[in-house]
This record gives sequence, C-alpha cells and structure tokens, in this order.
Amino acid sequence: MRCLRYILLVLISLLPFAGMCKESGQGGVDVRSIIFEHVKDSYEWHITAIGDNHISIPLPIIVYSSRTGWECFSSSVFHHQEEYKGFRISTSGDNEGKIVELDSFGNEVRPVLDLSLTKTVVSVFIYSIMLVLIVLYVARWYRRHRIEDGAPKGFVGVMEMLITMVLDDIIKPNVGKNYLKFAPYLLTVFFFIFLSNIMGLLPIFPGGANVTGNIAVTLALALCTFIAVNVFGNKEYYKELFWPDVPSWLKVPVPLMPFIELFGVIVKPFALTIRLFANILAGHTVVLAIVCIIFITMEVDTRIGGAMTFVSVLFTIFMNCLELLVAFIQAFVFTMLSSVFIGLSQPEHKAKKH
Amino acid sequence: MSFLVPDTGLLFWMLLAFGIVFFILYKYGFPVIISKIEERKRYIDDSLKKAKEANKRFAAAEHKSNLIIENAREEEARILREAATMRKQIIKEAQDKAESEREKMLLETKRMIQQEREAAMRDIRSQVAELSLSVAETILRDELSDEKRQKEYAERLLDSIDVEKASEK
Repeated sequence: MRCLRYILLVLISLLPFAGMCKESGQGGVDVRSIIFEHVKDSYEWHITAIGDNHISIPLPIIVYSSRTGWECFSSSVFHHQEEYKGFRISTSGDNEGKIVELDSFGNEVRPVLDLSLTKTVVSVFIYSIMLVLIVLYVARWYRRHRIEDGAPKGFVGVMEMLITMVLDDIIKPNVGKNYLKFAPYLLTVFFFIFLSNIMGLLPIFPGGANVTGNIAVTLALALCTFIAVNVFGNKEYYKELFWPDVPSWLKVPVPLMPFIELFGVIVKPFALTIRLFANILAGHTVVLAIVCIIFITMEVDTRIGGAMTFVSVLFTIFMNCLELLVAFIQAFVFTMLSSVFIGLSQPEHKAKKH
Repeated sequence: MSFLVPDTGLLFWMLLAFGIVFFILYKYGFPVIISKIEERKRYIDDSLKKAKEANKRFAAAEHKSNLIIENAREEEARILREAATMRKQIIKEAQDKAESEREKMLLETKRMIQQEREAAMRDIRSQVAELSLSVAETILRDELSDEKRQKEYAERLLDSIDVEKASEK
C-alpha cells in the first residue's frame, strides 16, 4: 500500500513535465534546450507550465545603453512583442537568451551595462536575506542566553554544530593564530554557498535557481577571498612573493621566481571559481538529463517510457542524494581552500618556526 | 561557451549582495556566536576541571574521615580491652585481699581460740587440782580416821616409792 502511494506521488509530481513534453512535440524532445533553460540565467523566473499556460514571475530589466541611456522595464513586455524600445532578447548566437540591441549596422550587440535583476540575481537576494535572517536569529539566541543556560537545542543547535565544525575543522587549523579576524568572512562564505547549493536542489520557486553553478557568482566569491588574501597578507607574505628565499640567479637578471609566485596568486581565485561552478553546474545538468530520459524514451515507445520512468526516478533520487552531499562538500572545500590561502598569506616569522 | 563568461550585471549584484550580507554578519552575526561558543567551551572546561578537583578533594576528605573513624574504633577497642584487664585485675586484687584478710582473721580466731582453750585448760586444771585436793583431803581424812588404815597407807606409799626407786634404777 505504502509503495503504491509513493509511486502515485512520483507520477503526480511528474505531471508538470508532461506538458513540457507535449510542448516540444513535433521535433522530439530538445534535451539541450531544456537543460540550458534551467541552468542558464534568464530575465523571468519560470516556475512551471500547466498545459500551455506558463506560470512565471517577470523580473525587471535594467540596462544602460549608449543609445538611450538608462532604461528600466519589466521582462513581461516581451510576452507579446519581440522588441521594446529597440531592445530584444536574442534567440541565437553568442548572446542567446541575453538582452541585445541593434547597432547602426543592424548587428545584435549587448548594451553597455546590463544590471537586470535576473533570476540568479533575485535568487542571490533571496538567499542573502535568508542567510542574514538565519544567522541573526542564531546570534539573537546567543545574546539572550547566558552561558550557564547550556547548549542550544533544535535549529540553533544544528547551526552551532555547523559553525563549530567549520571553526574547528577548517578555520583554526588552516588560518593559524589570527583565525578570529577571518572567521566571520569564512563562515559567511561557507553558509552562503551551502544555503545556495541546498536551495538549488529544491525544484520549486524560492529554490531551483542555479546560483552557485553560475560562474559570475563563484567569481565574486573568489574575488572576495582574493581581496582577503592580498589585502591582509603580512610583510612576510609579500617578501616571499617578490624576494623569495632562493638562489639569487633565480630572481636577479630575470625575475623567474617572483613571476611564478605572482602567477600563483592570480591562479588561486580561478581555481576557486572553476571548481565550485563546474561541480554544481554538472550536478544540475546530470539530474536534469536523467529526468529527460523519461521523455526521450516516451517518444520512442510508451511502454519502454513507462519502465524507464521508474528507472529514471530511482536515478534522480540517487543523484539528488549525491548532490546533497556535493552541496556540503563544495561549500566545505571552498571554505577550506579560502582558509588555506588566507593562512598562507599570514606566515609566521621565520625565527618562530625554527 | 557562454557558461564560462561571467555576466557583468550578475557579478555586480552578487558582489553588492554578498558585501552587504558579509557586513551585517560581520557586525551583528558571527562574532557574537563565536565568542559565546568559545566562552562556553572555556566555561565547560573550567567546570570540568573544578569538578575533578572537587572530586579529588571529596575523596581525600572521605579518606580522612575514614581514617578518623578507624582510629576511633581502634581507640575504643583498646579502651575496652584495658577496661577489661583492669576489671579483672581489680577483681583479682579484691579477691586476694579478701583471701588474705580471711586468712588473717582465721589465724587470729585460731590463736584466740587457742588462748581461750589454754586459759580454760588452765582453769580446768586448777579447778580439777583443787577438786582433787579437796577430794583427796576428804578421802584421806576419811581413811585415816583409824590407825590400822593409816598404817596400811603409809606402807603402800613406801612401796610405791620403792617401786619408783627401782624403776629409776
């Protein structure tokens, strides 16, 4: 009985996708566009489609064009017309899905500045607000309780467990004795990534956006770490950078070692950016691809499709569990690498080491 | 490869949002939590140390009190033992004394009895002597009333003297 109920539940949850299947009916299922539509940024937040009715939240488009100056309008204008004030959403080429305008030669070009509140931007805002509320709530608990009251329970207890884990396992051993100065930043990074990853796994509205799988987001985070490393690096760090302890022929005529060191400094944020972005993007893509198996096989034969539904749902559940793990591990790894880089920028004085 | 090109707008908004989040949490969020957690950790460590010390002290006190109780018990036993021996000794002394007293009294009594008896004997002897003298007197007076008998008597006396002399020889 219970098993039947579960199967029914799964089938019902698949209903929205049935519409999607019909939608791209004639030409077969376009898996590529389904996946890309999800993992890429967009100017409206598409929630679901019931039959031919698309339910989506229109988001504001803010652009600065050399032609018209600042422009701000809702993305819903494109529902009925293709062009609005000379702007349109490109359907092909490098700028596919982005807002473009036509230059004097009739080519599609991007506006000078595109500060639109896209799906990812709005997700970032929502997750930021959630994160601030959660952490302030936890902090309020600590402010209101004395130490003698003992450890927190429930949600605050879970948060304390995570915070203590990050502090003791990542920050303290990697950053060194200065850890209190950097702990708030590293904890913010950890919880921001963790929350975004988890929310990205939720299939409906506030979640479901591919935030940490977007290179701009991870680049922003990596830039913050880059700043933390290089602004707060101490004298020893900069000495090691420009005048390392190597035979002088390695640095005097041709600054070979300083060059390599500088290269390392620039590569570090890239490593952070690509690692997080690629992991999350791949996770989302694989889950979607496995779900799409259902619709591909449905087109070939309904019976095979029915059987494949079961297999595909099993795989999706497995992938989601895996992604849950990845969500945590990637947040952990990003924080750990950031702490290691920060720790490397705070070398203790040589005399102390020996 | 549009995936690999970061959007300027998104980058800007992300930096802004993350910056604000970081600022708020840096100001009001994490330092409070971290300091409280660390403080509590120290407090727990302290409490554990104190509890351990208290336990140790308690154990020492218990040991001490046990020692005292044991000592008291030993003392009690010793006192009881002493009392027992003393009692025995006192009883023995009393018995000895009573014995010697009794013996002394017995001796005294015996001596007094002896004396009494000697006195009585002497008394009896003198009375017997007197009586026999008076009896002898009476008898003699009675017997010597006639001449014949006087003669006989004198002869008998002489005989007896002779016998005595002969026996002496």
